[in-house]
Amino acid sequence: MDGRTEEFLANVQSGGLVEAGDWMPDEYRARLTKFVEMHANSELMGVLPERDWILRAPTLQRKLALTAKIQDEAGHAQLLYRVVEDLGKPREACLDDLIAGRAKFHNVFHYPTKSWGDVGVIAWLVDAAAIISQKALLKCSYAPYARIMRKICWEESFHILHGRDIVLTLVTGTEGQRELVQEALDRWWKPLMMFHGNPIPAEDDPMVHWRIKSQANEEARQQFLEGYVPEVWELGLTLPDPELRRREDGTWEYTEPDWDELRAVVTGHGPASEERIAFRRLSREDVDWVSRTVLAEAA
Amino acid sequence: MTSRVFEVFRRERAGAPMQHAGSVVAPDARFAEIYAREQYGRRGESEALWLVPREAVGEIDEFVDEFDLKYRRVDGYSIKERLREARARAGTSLRDLPGGR
Ligand SMILES: [Fe+2]
Ligand SMILES: [Fe+2]
Repeated sequence: MDGRTEEFLANVQSGGLVEAGDWMPDEYRARLTKFVEMHANSELMGVLPERDWILRAPTLQRKLALTAKIQDEAGHAQLLYRVVEDLGKPREACLDDLIAGRAKFHNVFHYPTKSWGDVGVIAWLVDAAAIISQKALLKCSYAPYARIMRKICWEESFHILHGRDIVLTLVTGTEGQRELVQEALDRWWKPLMMFHGNPIPAEDDPMVHWRIKSQANEEARQQFLEGYVPEVWELGLTLPDPELRRREDGTWEYTEPDWDELRAVVTGHGPASEERIAFRRLSREDVDWVSRTVLAEAA
Repeated sequence: MTSRVFEVFRRERAGAPMQHAGSVVAPDARFAEIYAREQYGRRGESEALWLVPREAVGEIDEFVDEFDLKYRRVDGYSIKERLREARARAGTSLRDLPGGR
């Protein structure tokens, strides 16, 4: 490590912030770019499972709320791709990599949705898991990312409530409606437990080392369990893990997720990966004429 | 023709300062306006927006203090020691004076 890099590292580790135009070591730039790009991809791909339900939403109010949430998520992708562009990777290149299956996005967006119950569980619990990570990123050493995260967290605030409201409506409805929620929970619990990644200790995590992340994976998962398992249980719903319990010391015990499955899923081998990427490819081809026209007109 | 970057500034409410919010990429000012409205104003979170092509922003980020101008700042003064000495010489204590604390 050269002197300049050492100085940079010492600065970020002691709370220093980096701006877009500042010098940064290649490794920092590369890791940061990849991380924010994956975040952007996840926002963009995350709208696809929800999009499937716009036309099937049970009431006009739900349809409008779901559409607003989807617009927010697509907007998050826009904001995050801007951060990536300023780090040196053009948006077009990100989208090309995404549809070629070369880029990653979060595991939870590689799974299919089966009922309106899934829409409630996704907005409630997937967004809850995501906001835990996003709140921790407010402390990221790269200031432009941290600033955008403040805006994103503010917009996220209604998503969780919207999801919880759907779930509450279903569990106070008919037996069949309640069943929809229970089934969705049974389907989503495993992916949710994998969401924050394998429990790599903070001191071995290069993302923590550069203070791009400030929260260890397991810390995030524990926060999720502590915040949301009681809220699920209080509705009389169950979670499909016989090991799940809160220890005396306040930490949660659970069945170790299958980390090989997580690796397979995020590298494009999840149950809905191919379909989602194919859809993104199709819509990119579909709207290509729009960008060409816009750019030609402006020329 | 390629797109360019427009920096977006927003005023949160009347009387508040314009603050940098982020940026949009657009082929021209007209599209930049549409994108900025959508990304920084659709929730009614802004009272006004400014759009500035990035090239038009002039940045100054070096401020050399060659003449040690700290006498302009509060932290340029440390009076504690001398105040104590002055009180000792006068034989006074603030607490015993009218209005004293
Ligand atoms: Fe989001
Ligand atoms: Fe969200």
